[in-house]
Amino acid sequence: MLLVQFACLFLFLALGELIVWLLKIPIPGSIIGMLLLAFSLRFRIVKPHWIESLADFLCANLGFFFVPAGVGVMKCFGIIKAEWWPIVMATLLSTIIIIATTGWAHQWTHRLFHKRNRCSHRKDSRLNHVADGVESERKEIEKS
Amino acid sequence: MIEWLTSPVTLVAVTFLTFLLAKWIQVKTRLPLFQPILVTIVLLICLLLFLDIPYEDYAEGGGYIEFWLKPAVVALGVPLWRQMETIRRQMIPLLIAELVGCVAGLISVVFFAELFGASHEVIVSLAPKAVTTPIAMEISNATGGIPALTAAVVVCTGIFGSMAGFQIVKLSRVKSPIAGSLSVGTAAHAVGTAAALERGQRYGAFSSLGLTLNGLLTALLAPMILSLLGYA
Repeated sequence: MLLVQFACLFLFLALGELIVWLLKIPIPGSIIGMLLLAFSLRFRIVKPHWIESLADFLCANLGFFFVPAGVGVMKCFGIIKAEWWPIVMATLLSTIIIIATTGWAHQWTHRLFHKRNRCSHRKDSRLNHVADGVESERKEIEKS
Repeated sequence: MIEWLTSPVTLVAVTFLTFLLAKWIQVKTRLPLFQPILVTIVLLICLLLFLDIPYEDYAEGGGYIEFWLKPAVVALGVPLWRQMETIRRQMIPLLIAELVGCVAGLISVVFFAELFGASHEVIVSLAPKAVTTPIAMEISNATGGIPALTAAVVVCTGIFGSMAGFQIVKLSRVKSPIAGSLSVGTAAHAVGTAAALERGQRYGAFSSLGLTLNGLLTALLAPMILSLLGYA
């Protein structure tokens, strides 16, 4: 029932755009739509089989949809040529810094909370379960 | 002949075929350098330049593909839903990490751009590079940057993050897969998330979370931080 899935997907996109237009927030409608969809699935307003296979397909090929935007770099050849050094350096270094600091901050606060939590043992085993889940998922994917 | 070649439908076909070629190249060479999106973009740019096809002609065909970006972002709601329980339990570390990453990102990009001699306009255009294109272009517009340049840098950031992101995570000794994929999504938005999804649904979900939260935070904080730093 692919048509149902298309309908559902575009409905949420449209709803997202509507909310942005109504509330005048500087957030893209697609992100609001994404959040709406996630919560709708959570609260059983939307059934998984109404959206899952189409969503999984689009997510699996997400990068491809960026190709035209990437080709759009052509529009800025002039500026890029003139200031390519600061552009490249700032992009590379800043990206590395964001990844490192976000990762450290998360690990650090998680550890902090983990220590303060009286039920730390239980939480620990749940998170290990998550990590194990990821590992087994990774192994599954590597098998296929 | 040229009219057929530059018609939107043909260009869409060419884009798909180039992408398949890029994927084949990656499989054959097994080099992470030949990231298919990057290779596709480079090959297409070369093709357009070689055949002297102006970008505007490609843009129309490309638009039909780009159109699917918005629904694809909405589709990220599904992996997000699948991980909601885990996210709920991690809410505070996630929010704090995002705040740190967002601010660190804004300050560092401005700092290095200035250090390496970028002009004011370029600095402001670079600032929102870690977030998804529509947000980044809006911020760029609002703060006096060049939206087209911002869009270009956003895509490059995404590609770099998708290629090297998880390596950087490893080298930073960030052990938790949650923290790692969150960081990649924060720094490299949807293209980074695409890379995360290749590793698994959980990685993808936390990367989407990084994408979303950094997008929201940057939209809210960028103008303020830029003016505090004296750029707006």
